[in-house]
Amino acid sequence: MGRQMVWNTFHLVVTFVLPPLLLGVINRTKAVFAGRVGPPLLQPYYDLIKLFQKGSIFSTTTSWVFLAGPVAGLVTASIAALMVPMGHALAPISFDGDLIVVVYLLGLGRFFTAAAALDTGSPFEGMGAVRELSFSCLAEPAIFLGMLVLAKLSGSTQLSTMLGASLGGHWGTAGTSLAMVLLSWFLVLLVENSRIPFDDPNTHLELTMIHEVMVLDHSGPAFGLILYGASLKLFVFASLLVRVACPWVVLNSWLGWPAFLVGSVVVAVVIGVVESVMARLRMPQIPVLLVAASLLSGFGLILLVR
Amino acid sequence: MAYFLVLFPLLMAVLTYVLPSERLRPWLLPAGALVQLVLVGSILNQAENATSVSGLGGWLLLDPLGKLVLGFLCLLFALCSLSVPGYLAQHKDRSNRVFCANLFLIQAMMTLVTLSYHLGLMWVAMEATTLASAPLIYFNQSARSLEATWKYLLIGSVGIALALLGSFFLAYAMLKAGRGSTLRFDQLIHEAPYLSSAWLQSAFILLFIGYGTKIGLAPMHTWKPDAYGEAPGVVGAILAGGVTSCAFLAILRVYQICNAGTDASFAREFMVFIGLFSMAIAAVFMAQQRDIKRLLAYSSVEHMGILILGIGIGGLAVYGSLLHLINNGLTKCALFLSAENIQKSYGSKLTGQVRGALRRVPISGALFLAGFLAITGSPPFGPFLSEFTIAKAAASDGQFWACGLFLLVLASVFVGMGATVLSVVQGDPPVETPATPYRERVGTCGPILLLMSFALLLGLFIPSPLESLLREAAASFEVKR
Amino acid sequence: MGQLLDPLLIIGLALNFVALGVSRIRGVINAVAAQGMLLGILALFVHPGVRLRGILLVGVMILIKGFVIPKMLIHAMREADVQHEVNPAISPITSLLLGAMGTGLALVYSYTLPLAEEHQHLLLVPASLATCWTGFLVLTTRKKAIMQVLGYLILENGVFLFGLLLLEAMPFLVEVGALLDLFTGVFIMAIIVHHISREFASTSTEHLSELRD
Repeated sequence: MGRQMVWNTFHLVVTFVLPPLLLGVINRTKAVFAGRVGPPLLQPYYDLIKLFQKGSIFSTTTSWVFLAGPVAGLVTASIAALMVPMGHALAPISFDGDLIVVVYLLGLGRFFTAAAALDTGSPFEGMGAVRELSFSCLAEPAIFLGMLVLAKLSGSTQLSTMLGASLGGHWGTAGTSLAMVLLSWFLVLLVENSRIPFDDPNTHLELTMIHEVMVLDHSGPAFGLILYGASLKLFVFASLLVRVACPWVVLNSWLGWPAFLVGSVVVAVVIGVVESVMARLRMPQIPVLLVAASLLSGFGLILLVR
Repeated sequence: MAYFLVLFPLLMAVLTYVLPSERLRPWLLPAGALVQLVLVGSILNQAENATSVSGLGGWLLLDPLGKLVLGFLCLLFALCSLSVPGYLAQHKDRSNRVFCANLFLIQAMMTLVTLSYHLGLMWVAMEATTLASAPLIYFNQSARSLEATWKYLLIGSVGIALALLGSFFLAYAMLKAGRGSTLRFDQLIHEAPYLSSAWLQSAFILLFIGYGTKIGLAPMHTWKPDAYGEAPGVVGAILAGGVTSCAFLAILRVYQICNAGTDASFAREFMVFIGLFSMAIAAVFMAQQRDIKRLLAYSSVEHMGILILGIGIGGLAVYGSLLHLINNGLTKCALFLSAENIQKSYGSKLTGQVRGALRRVPISGALFLAGFLAITGSPPFGPFLSEFTIAKAAASDGQFWACGLFLLVLASVFVGMGATVLSVVQGDPPVETPATPYRERVGTCGPILLLMSFALLLGLFIPSPLESLLREAAASFEVKR
Repeated sequence: MGQLLDPLLIIGLALNFVALGVSRIRGVINAVAAQGMLLGILALFVHPGVRLRGILLVGVMILIKGFVIPKMLIHAMREADVQHEVNPAISPITSLLLGAMGTGLALVYSYTLPLAEEHQHLLLVPASLATCWTGFLVLTTRKKAIMQVLGYLILENGVFLFGLLLLEAMPFLVEVGALLDLFTGVFIMAIIVHHISREFASTSTEHLSELRD
């Protein structure tokens, strides 16, 4: 019991401290690829501190929903992060069927973000909300089919068990299925966190934005909450990927956490590399890629039940 | 001997290709075809030495079925080749090198199909006929013939690919049963009872669809109206009479294997259904048809349906089908050649512009009319006898629905086709379509006369060698009850 | 051996979906070329104890399917100055879903076909049937002439994939015949495509719809 308390505390600390670092790693990787020096690794922390010290401006057309967006985004991402096992131990919150809760908590956050965007009454935000929601709808089967694969392999619906010690053995027998799920979930990570090739986080043209345009009107602490919540969401997806890709972090309690941290950084570097070598896809091609991701997971499942 | 039968047309093809004289080249065709006809005739006349013509370690063998189709093919090719010089004399503007060489190539490959006793070899020969006939369809080099050639190549190649997959299925079935992996027909038939029925049935379906595309059964017939409609008459005749017969032979061989294996009643029902379906589709599209060559193409679809129907009904109808193969081939060739003459004379093949053929081109018009009567089953021509045999066999076998539908579709085809043909031959030539310089010659009308007289002959009296050959061939399709 | 075979077949299946979903013709040509080369590599895996004859066949196949045929197709494309697939008959998503449905049906159907012991649990038969279905789909739903040729190539890949099961037992004659005919067929088709571009100033077969009843 005591050891679990220690690990839980560690989990909490990592969850709330690490995520902005991942954003910094991504930006640094992109800079290195482009031959620049780039911003310092801790820049996102500085940005957050700066934002929290500023004042907020609220449009007169908005209501309480406008603030509910960033708050709900942060809260849902935090609870989801508490349910995903990281490092060596089980997740602090874990029960049967929590895989569904995790996905739909993130969905709830997305709902409130979109609602906040619609609340401003601006056409740009509405456009971004429509795109974001439709792409997430297409990505949902990919996540769930991947979850089904893990559930079938481990025989349980608890995330902590699904991503637990048995996964290492399953890589040997069902390696192809797991590889397909990994690839499919990577695509889902890219679309849920608005990365290239689905959305360009650095664009300044509103017509091409998907996620950025939804949060265009937020300022000051609200924007800081959004930034922080987004990094938490990225961290949740990244930890899912790390646990699927390297189940051996679970085996050793001393090496588990460092290995997990290194894995998260590696995922961030990979995202940075993908962003540097690819351009954003044209809008009509994005649904095709998402359907392909769902099919990938689906075939992983079919291979399993064959 | 078997090698020579295939190599001779190949040699002639090479010779035709390298010969520089444009005027002399067309004459090589009747010469080569007649030589081959004499050769094959002498082989068929020999005593009952079934293994006298074989080669390649049993991959080439001439069994009764093969003899029937081979003899018929050579006769057909010889008669059609007689009209080639006359046809090419009117197309002096174009080089006939590829045309003549490819005709010999097609003959070589068709001979190879009849001689093949190996599933894979037969497949290669069928694909070769597709490739060899494509440039012939494009002889006119117009936009329409380009479209026709494209569709022909594409759909034909898909059919051939499916047939290859079916052949692979059969080979794998042999492999799985541990019976050695060979695709020779005699061994396949011998081992068929030991093969797994799932593979056998799947293979049959694939091979049937694949080679059925080459025959032009509905619903894989969409290339036929275009290809036959735009090709020169001689090419249409050889395709409709020769290549389809080869593909039919392929289907027969596949059916033989399926019959020897498991209970083939599903195959027979399937064939009855597809046969009737093809006939019905053809009847629908023949009504109100304005293009005389497309009309003939649909008639070809219909008669392929009849052939398949006969095999599906079984028993005496198989004999009827084989007889119909010959009758249909002869009559179709006559129809295509006379239609070509009519088209040449009017400069068009649409019924709006072609009327009164009996006045402008009396011989071709009369033969066209006679051909129509023959192909729709009027006595005393040959097709009547074969179609009657099939109907009688269906009725005596208890398949009254098939028999009834068969007769109904035949009747509607008669009405539909008759409307077009009669409007083409009767009446006065319209003033808007002036006569072209084309005049009827022995070269263009003689072969048609010969073909129709053969068709008439077969309707009145079947020579006993042919009769015994037909019976032998039909006997290999005994249905195991 | 069996462990490596399945992932390679999955890559082959994935290339099917790439061919269905991609909108640029160059992309589809690359996918089909990759599939052809994959077939060559697969041949080595299905029959590990292969002799010089087998290696030669594999080498020739990789050369023709992976390099010669794509080069001819790209050359034909350049002649007609075509880069994109414009307006296929059905949208890419529908193509992908139909392809997935066909692949699923192929998996189900191949369960009913009894396989020999050494070929059990192999994805070969479903992959071959699925590839045939994909080729058929591309052939019938694409209007550009080059895309139809590519669909035919995918169909041939599928047929040949099945033939891998018979590589040792199957006579050499038919293998060479099959490949040769494929080459010749595509060659003629490419030439005709060339003529199509000259007749109509585009390689869309939409224009080839004059002949109808």
